[in-house]
Amino acid sequence: MQARVAIQHQDFDLSAEIAALRIGDALVGAVCSFVGTVRDRNDGDQVASLELEHYPGMTEKAIEAMIDAAMSRFDIRAARVIHRIGLLQPLDQIVLVAVTSAHRGESFQACEFLMDYLKTQAPFWKKEVTPAGARWVDARVSDDAAMTRWAIPAGKG
Amino acid sequence: MKVNIKYFASIRETLGQSSETRETQGKSVAALRDELLALSLVHAQALSRDKPIRMALDQTMCDESATLHEGCEVAFFPPVTGG
Repeated sequence: MQARVAIQHQDFDLSAEIAALRIGDALVGAVCSFVGTVRDRNDGDQVASLELEHYPGMTEKAIEAMIDAAMSRFDIRAARVIHRIGLLQPLDQIVLVAVTSAHRGESFQACEFLMDYLKTQAPFWKKEVTPAGARWVDARVSDDAAMTRWAIPAGKG
Repeated sequence: MKVNIKYFASIRETLGQSSETRETQGKSVAALRDELLALSLVHAQALSRDKPIRMALDQTMCDESATLHEGCEVAFFPPVTGG
């Protein structure tokens, strides 16, 4: 079985990831995936590139814990999370969350749960290069709000 | 006791260092943060309680009441912005 979490510089192939996630499991009837990509605008400014920093060790641990939480909360078969780090350009893929389950409802929910969790709990930080210089991206209040619907307070592990 | 401290993102840049090992008398993350805040104006700015700073003890998110232990790892970082 492949690892559930990958933090990597290189790009990923959605088809290959989904194929690996559901290989040999005929109880899977639904696959839901989310791919986040790099935009070339943020807060009204042009973004030339994005640098992703993370906390090695804690990142993997935090995402593993999120997947454990998703597995116990939803009736899902498997999950895979890939997050890229380093220098990224607009249009690049940055994050993948993929989930398999018997029926679609659980996959849809678990995928969104994992993504909300990741946005507020996984230790990654984005620095974007704009015409005015490089700047750290501010956390969004809306991300914390998205987290509260799963009844988990933002900023807590 | 000896603690390993890590800084990330804007805090790392402001302090000009990503990690350090310190001998502390403090029992909690709050006490350690107090010690760090008193080190210099740069520390006072980088770790200010006016800023929304997150903390982790041994790679798990914590608040300032978390208890330190010999050889533990404490991290200070801004709210996360991945995904």
